[in-house]
Amino acid sequence: MRITLKTALFVSLFALVLTKTTAMVAATALVADLSRDHIKITTSFSGTRLLLFGATEGVGDVVVVVRGPNRREVIRKKERVLGIWINREAVTFEGVPGYYFQASTRPLSQIASKNILAKHRIGTARLVLKPLDGTPPALANDYRSALLRLKQDHSLYSVPSHPIKITGGRLFRVELVFPSNVPTGIYAAEIYLFQNGRPVSISHKTLAVRKAGIEATIFEFAHQHSAIYGIFAILVALFAGWLAGVIFRKV
Amino acid sequence: MDLYFPIAEMSLNALMLFGLGAGVGILSGMFGVGGGFLMTPLLIFIGVPPAVAVGTEANQVVAASVSGALAHWRRGNVDIKMGAVILIGGFIGSTFGVGIFTWLRNLGHIDVVIALFYVTFLGIVGVLMVTESVRAWLNSRNPTASRRKLHQHTWMHGLPFKIRFRRSKLYISALMPLSIGIFVGILSAIMGVGGGFIMVPAMIYLLGMPTSVVVGTSLFQIIFVTANVTFLQSVQNQTVDIMLALLLVVGSVIGAQIGTALGAKLRGEQLRALLGLMVLAVGLRVAYDLVAMPSELYSFAVSGGH
Repeated sequence: MRITLKTALFVSLFALVLTKTTAMVAATALVADLSRDHIKITTSFSGTRLLLFGATEGVGDVVVVVRGPNRREVIRKKERVLGIWINREAVTFEGVPGYYFQASTRPLSQIASKNILAKHRIGTARLVLKPLDGTPPALANDYRSALLRLKQDHSLYSVPSHPIKITGGRLFRVELVFPSNVPTGIYAAEIYLFQNGRPVSISHKTLAVRKAGIEATIFEFAHQHSAIYGIFAILVALFAGWLAGVIFRKV
Repeated sequence: MDLYFPIAEMSLNALMLFGLGAGVGILSGMFGVGGGFLMTPLLIFIGVPPAVAVGTEANQVVAASVSGALAHWRRGNVDIKMGAVILIGGFIGSTFGVGIFTWLRNLGHIDVVIALFYVTFLGIVGVLMVTESVRAWLNSRNPTASRRKLHQHTWMHGLPFKIRFRRSKLYISALMPLSIGIFVGILSAIMGVGGGFIMVPAMIYLLGMPTSVVVGTSLFQIIFVTANVTFLQSVQNQTVDIMLALLLVVGSVIGAQIGTALGAKLRGEQLRALLGLMVLAVGLRVAYDLVAMPSELYSFAVSGGH
């Protein structure tokens, strides 16, 4: 895994540098790519890692943001009722990224102003999570921080960190971690080059996360043809039970 | 070896699941119980979402009941007429039960309700098993103790719609097996069990069926009721994980064979007391999870569409 990633990195970077020097793409101060453009969730899937790498021209800070597809998320809070903890109040948020990864070369506060960061929605603190109309603001605030905390507990949102190192004044890379419960869909990776507090170059990449193999078939079948799936589940169970009876009657 | 389960949407260790299936299978083989009422809470303990645990267990119970029911069928130990009447009730009850399940799931209360059902029934069954085995043990030391009458006439025998059940040698109101079927059907839908642990004593003590046909008839109708639950859970909630169910079936089928062999060799009362204590322990653990302050008060609700 590590060797293949490193080889991939080296070869790709070599190719990148080569194209750049020969073609002299002066307008782009930043190039980046992912070690893979898709993640397949198969039977043996227990999370995966991806390498995001690239090269910059000149000085500056690199900021990487990877977002999973937006979805609606309902957060519930438990309260004690008659000695038992049960779900009470719920708040619904719209436009919640299913996955959010963010990393940079230095702490964000040293790279750009809050306004600029907010404009590009960089950092979990600046995600625009809209509670449904009519939610009291105080309530929404508590639930918003709970949502971020839960996402981090599930390893779906990264904690603020700045692990990106620029080597040789040009090359950078960062490892993206995807847990086994990673949501499916199209992910967008944004790679920014900041100079003097402003993004001077942005590179966009996409990443497809999808269920593959027997998992994909089972999942789609269960959701799109649920009646046939139900009948199939019964038939499989009937057959398995019958088979077990036959096998063990002979033993 | 970790496997990713598409409906549970999580990866679980295949060997652990196989062991879980085998362990519960051994118990069910030893005591002739379905094992669903132990398997579902155990699945929840290892992190499977309660709704998926219930839907998947119903599917597993279909498989587990078929081989048992076939064996009883061959020996002629199934009262089809009685089974059919109970089954009508079972269909009504389980359809209603899955309806309640779906409604509670949308409200976000299904996990708590599943847990409450388990605490109640594991508690009752565990206490009954322990006291029963202690009493049997005392009786075996004191053979002069009086035995209770098996067949008694009660108000239930005055109910209308009387039907003759030849195989069970009974002439009773159809309303009784029907309502037992409805009740156990609801339990089956909400708890993901066959309900044999309620059905068998109800057949013996409430209906007065001869013990020879009780288990076969119970298993016979459980196949259809749990099949109905599997179907409705698939359609309404998409909470049946075929892969998970199959893995558990393999373990439990093998375990059941070992359990049957073991059960023939070991002493009955102590074993029954032991199973009773285990049932109580599982029930207490479920109860503890209900009353203990959770480390995180907030949680994600199941998103309706993915």
